[in-house]
Amino acid sequence: MSRIKEKFADLAAKNQRALISYIMVGFPNEKATIAAVQGLVDGGADIIELGFPFSDPLADGPVIQNASTVSLENGTTISKYFEIVKKIRKVTDIPLVMMTYTNILYHAGYTRFIADAKKAGIDGFILPDMSVEESREYIQAAKDSTDTIFLISPNTSKDRIQKISEASTGFLYLVAVFGTTGAKAGIKSYTLDAIRNVKRQTRGKIPVGIGFGVSTPEDVRTYVKAGADAVIVGSAYLKLIEKTPKDRLRSKIAEFTRSLKKQTVL
Amino acid sequence: MKYPKDGRFGEFGGKYIPETLVPAIEELEENYLKFKNDSSFKKELDYYLRVYAGRPTPLYYAKNLSEKIGGAKIYLKREDLLHGGAHKINNTLGQAILAKRMNKKRIIAETGAGQHGVATAMACASLGMKSEVYMGYKDTIRQKLNVYRMNMLGSKVHPVKSGSMTLKDAINDAIRDWITNVETTYYLLGSAVGPHPYPVMVRDFQSVIGKEIKAQMKKINNKAPDCVIACVGGGSNAIGTFYPLVDTSAEIIGVEAAGHGLKSKMHSATLSAGSKGVLHGMMTYLLQDKEGQITETHSISAGLDYPGVGPEHSYYKDTKRIKYHSATDKEVIEAFLTLTRTEGIIPALESSHAIAEAMKVARKGKKSESIVVTLSGRGDKDVEEVQNYLDGHVKD
Repeated sequence: MSRIKEKFADLAAKNQRALISYIMVGFPNEKATIAAVQGLVDGGADIIELGFPFSDPLADGPVIQNASTVSLENGTTISKYFEIVKKIRKVTDIPLVMMTYTNILYHAGYTRFIADAKKAGIDGFILPDMSVEESREYIQAAKDSTDTIFLISPNTSKDRIQKISEASTGFLYLVAVFGTTGAKAGIKSYTLDAIRNVKRQTRGKIPVGIGFGVSTPEDVRTYVKAGADAVIVGSAYLKLIEKTPKDRLRSKIAEFTRSLKKQTVL
Repeated sequence: MKYPKDGRFGEFGGKYIPETLVPAIEELEENYLKFKNDSSFKKELDYYLRVYAGRPTPLYYAKNLSEKIGGAKIYLKREDLLHGGAHKINNTLGQAILAKRMNKKRIIAETGAGQHGVATAMACASLGMKSEVYMGYKDTIRQKLNVYRMNMLGSKVHPVKSGSMTLKDAINDAIRDWITNVETTYYLLGSAVGPHPYPVMVRDFQSVIGKEIKAQMKKINNKAPDCVIACVGGGSNAIGTFYPLVDTSAEIIGVEAAGHGLKSKMHSATLSAGSKGVLHGMMTYLLQDKEGQITETHSISAGLDYPGVGPEHSYYKDTKRIKYHSATDKEVIEAFLTLTRTEGIIPALESSHAIAEAMKVARKGKKSESIVVTLSGRGDKDVEEVQNYLDGHVKD
């Protein structure tokens, strides 16, 4: 069983939903990344998404775009990223998901890249520009090794929800709003409908996580109440990292994480 | 490749897109397939192309230039004479009429040199639609006349300050806008790039260029041209020129921007120097580093300053049906000045890449041979850039 699957099983037994926390590796530097991960673990995050920067992050809003640029300028390379993952793996067993764009994997070769990622300690991938139609080679390469987490949008048709949930392992990533990451539009009724709809259609076969523009404990509570199995917070973490002095980063991240995690306990 | 049902030209193309865009792309394809053979749609487009844009465009025998070079005959396909000054209007009229029939009220577009932005603004103004255009900040400076034109035509220009602040970043931001406003907005893409069905749709709208060339050359020589040349950035004027001629005996050459030279890293010659990858919804040749990060490009012409290329060009490169060469900034300036002075035609810097190649090919050719060059746009927008280049070189 994958670490992600195990985590969801554990949480279900404890009557909890998952808090998935996203940070961009190398933003603003390696030290901050390690400190932030420690803070996430201290604060009780269930799964960590580790962003790998891409030069053209077209599904991301300004916060993650900026973090990508900074990370690349700081020299975050694939090998550097895997080194950091290995360091994290030495101190925690928390599930780690790599979030990046298709070209990074395609260019290296899916099979080789996924094998290297797995060896470093990555448990799954989120690729916002990988559509299910184009995913055959990617899924083949990840089979029995890492989870392939696909995205669903509030406007995704019934047939596609079926197709995408069949292609996904680990969890399904439901995009909360029409927009890029970090979009802030308040809670929309179409989002709550989408959660219920996707949950109904997938009938508990795969956990459903919700992300994009989720930034406060209230947001987390609302989505948990609507039936989400996991809530994903990203840009809000990057904003916090940006404004926190480095000696307080670990404790500040832990504090914020605790406030979010509390809302996932039923 | 008539209509690639799976969106693939060989292994190239596809739809690598955020899930939110899938319903919009499906709706677009469905409507495009419905209207492309619809007689009232075709009639309306044909009307606008003729009476509004100025089609058919002449095929001009550049006698002075040909004689000066002393080889093959050079013919210019005068897309520069179209309304707005470039081939872009062929595509914007097609897509704007389609968008209108799809009941889309808001149009967004990206632009490099500004020609597609202007052509979008014109098509939307004439059809009574609102448009907003994303343009790299760097391009808004070097092509500011086109920014003024878009403003006057009633289009809102968004300068894009992320990444390299050129065309690729303008496309990123246009896609982000589309994701955010997917339910109301039509994305009017300007080149034969992006996710399926854009590459094939844009090619079809631009194919009027190649179809006219074929008919016009038949009238002049009773056969297809011996050689056809067009410049390639994203590659819309080129694929529109080439596609109707791929099944003839014509030699076909696409010309990319070699900037300061292919070894300098300061160029935009994707097919000549790139490798396969995924960007902007398509699998195609890209300029990227060893990690798969897209690299910054350079060209004296903003319209060719793009690290990707239409997937159908990638296909024709690999199948070797089309040759892809390149021209440096220096060769381009020479070609620009040569055409301007011999024929009294000021070509766009983009099109000057094709002229530079045509001059090379003509020199080696026989008088009995004919070369057709697509003059994709006029160069009024570039005179300041050229003057700056010349001043800089005088100072050197």
